[in-house]
Amino acid sequence: MDILIYGTINSVSLALMALGFALVYGISRVANFAHGALYVVTGFLTWSLFKGAGLNYALSIALAMLFTGLIGALIYQFFLIRVRGMAISEIIASYAIGLAILEGFRWGGFKGMTYTLPPFVEGSMVLAGTPVDYHRLLVVLIGFGVVAFLWAFTHYSRIGLALRGMAQDERAALMLGIDSDLMAVVAMAFGSMLAGLSAVVLLPLGNIVVEKGYDVLIQAIAVCIVGGLGSWFGAVVAAFIIGFAQIVTVVWWGAHFQMVVALLAIIFTLVLRPSGLFGRQKELEERV
Amino acid sequence: MSDEQRRKERLDRGIKIRSDSLYAIMSWRELAYLTAPRFLLIAGILLLPLLVPGMYWQRVVSVVCIYALLALSFDLMAHYVGLVSLGGAFFIGTGGYISAMLNTSLGVPPLLAIFIAALLGGVICTVLLLPCLPLRGVYFAIVTLMYPLFLARVIEALDIFGGTDGIMGVESFPNRWVEQYFVIAMVLLFLFGLRRLVNTDLGLVLRAVMDNDQAVKASGMSVALFKGLAVFIASGIGCLAGACIVHIYMWSGISLFALDFSILPIAATVIGGGGTLVGPVIGCFILVPVSELLREFGTLRIVCYSIILMAFVVFRSEGIMNYGRRKYHQFERWVKV
Repeated sequence: MDILIYGTINSVSLALMALGFALVYGISRVANFAHGALYVVTGFLTWSLFKGAGLNYALSIALAMLFTGLIGALIYQFFLIRVRGMAISEIIASYAIGLAILEGFRWGGFKGMTYTLPPFVEGSMVLAGTPVDYHRLLVVLIGFGVVAFLWAFTHYSRIGLALRGMAQDERAALMLGIDSDLMAVVAMAFGSMLAGLSAVVLLPLGNIVVEKGYDVLIQAIAVCIVGGLGSWFGAVVAAFIIGFAQIVTVVWWGAHFQMVVALLAIIFTLVLRPSGLFGRQKELEERV
Repeated sequence: MSDEQRRKERLDRGIKIRSDSLYAIMSWRELAYLTAPRFLLIAGILLLPLLVPGMYWQRVVSVVCIYALLALSFDLMAHYVGLVSLGGAFFIGTGGYISAMLNTSLGVPPLLAIFIAALLGGVICTVLLLPCLPLRGVYFAIVTLMYPLFLARVIEALDIFGGTDGIMGVESFPNRWVEQYFVIAMVLLFLFGLRRLVNTDLGLVLRAVMDNDQAVKASGMSVALFKGLAVFIASGIGCLAGACIVHIYMWSGISLFALDFSILPIAATVIGGGGTLVGPVIGCFILVPVSELLREFGTLRIVCYSIILMAFVVFRSEGIMNYGRRKYHQFERWVKV
């Protein structure tokens, strides 16, 4: 029962972390390696607005997320757009940006155990013999809410449909009057805000530390690769697979192995089936 | 007319054309034109340990050479075989741990242990990377980025090879001059060795693997074999660098798998100019001292070199060496269109 409950919570957290990455990659084919950095940025922004400037908690969360979205859009508009299509340069450039942000925070003194956000709802309950706090339950709810919202957004709103059109066939989308550069910026802003959302939802469960940025990046990549890069449905399924695998190994072998599972998942998927469980890329494009 | 258009025309210098073939030996000027840059580089690197002030900067020169070896191996894989490896730390760690274990448990002297570690590490890395070799582009890059992280976590989780404490008491080089000139000799050896190698038939096949692997297959050659060979050479060089650093610091631990070893060589290659082999070495000689100067600012140096890296990738992707080579061999002028 422990495994079932905490596995679900862990899986939903993973899905939240990965959705932003999957969205950006799916639409603009940019592997956004600054994803983890944006996650941490939102955490610290929320903290500074809430604790530093003394704003309302909900207001500071909203502001921090908007701001992160803006940062993502600026990163794309001024740097990544120039190397678009050159996969390796994209990775190196975005990774460098992420590294600069994260290590900049470390240099700026944002380290240690002092930075925490309060949970949305205090208290806990006993669910089928297992104690669970309300915040973790809320995480699951928000996770499902986000997935449902994304699905509705990409199927019924104009911008969402435009994004999906670009992901499927960029030339056809261009021909129908969809500005692909603008849409890529929108996608990046959206992906950054999703990273921010996962940060404000998940960070109250622990401290805000710079190292989280790297862990989140690895886990997001793991989920996206196992699910197939660019496939949102695959990402959600993969989040559940990896999430449960992690909890099972943690219960049986120890907490050290949590990251090992994610890394192993990446390596095995890439070696055996690079397009992932639900990837749509042609086999020939990615391996000889 | 105001809407007159100009374009920049680039022409080879006369002396370049004269010194392209056998005529190079017809006068001292042509000979000097060809050899001066190479001679300058070799003499500069050889004299460096004597010129720098104090032991601290001599140690920095050794570290520069370690990174230069790594950058060479990255450049070979990325620009001559088309395998962009983000896992320099993987090679460093493998070579380092092998050399440290040979030295501490079997008592092999450092200079011998380094060479055994290079060969053995090369074989191990190649075997471990073998399943990923068919991958291309982003996929190979991500998988190689994960390898060092994975090994570090495994060592931490299973508590093998000294666990988080690492292996202590590794023997150092006989004295610091041996250390300095050993690593410098290795850099020069591999720099000019690789330059030779990429101009042989093997180099041609490797570049063909990068540009058009179907054509290589159609010519009846095994793509996997040549990729494996290139990875063996590159990882051997990386492991050699790792083995050296273990004997310089007299310690081997998880920090050998740190991201520094993966990022800095790439930054050096991008700055120095990819595909030139000399460029990455020059890039290291610029980047590592800069990051040493910034050491007192802590992690600010990582911020610094990631910003430099990003700026070069996005705005000046040709790098110093390609730029310099163009200026050296060609002159430019504006012509009317």
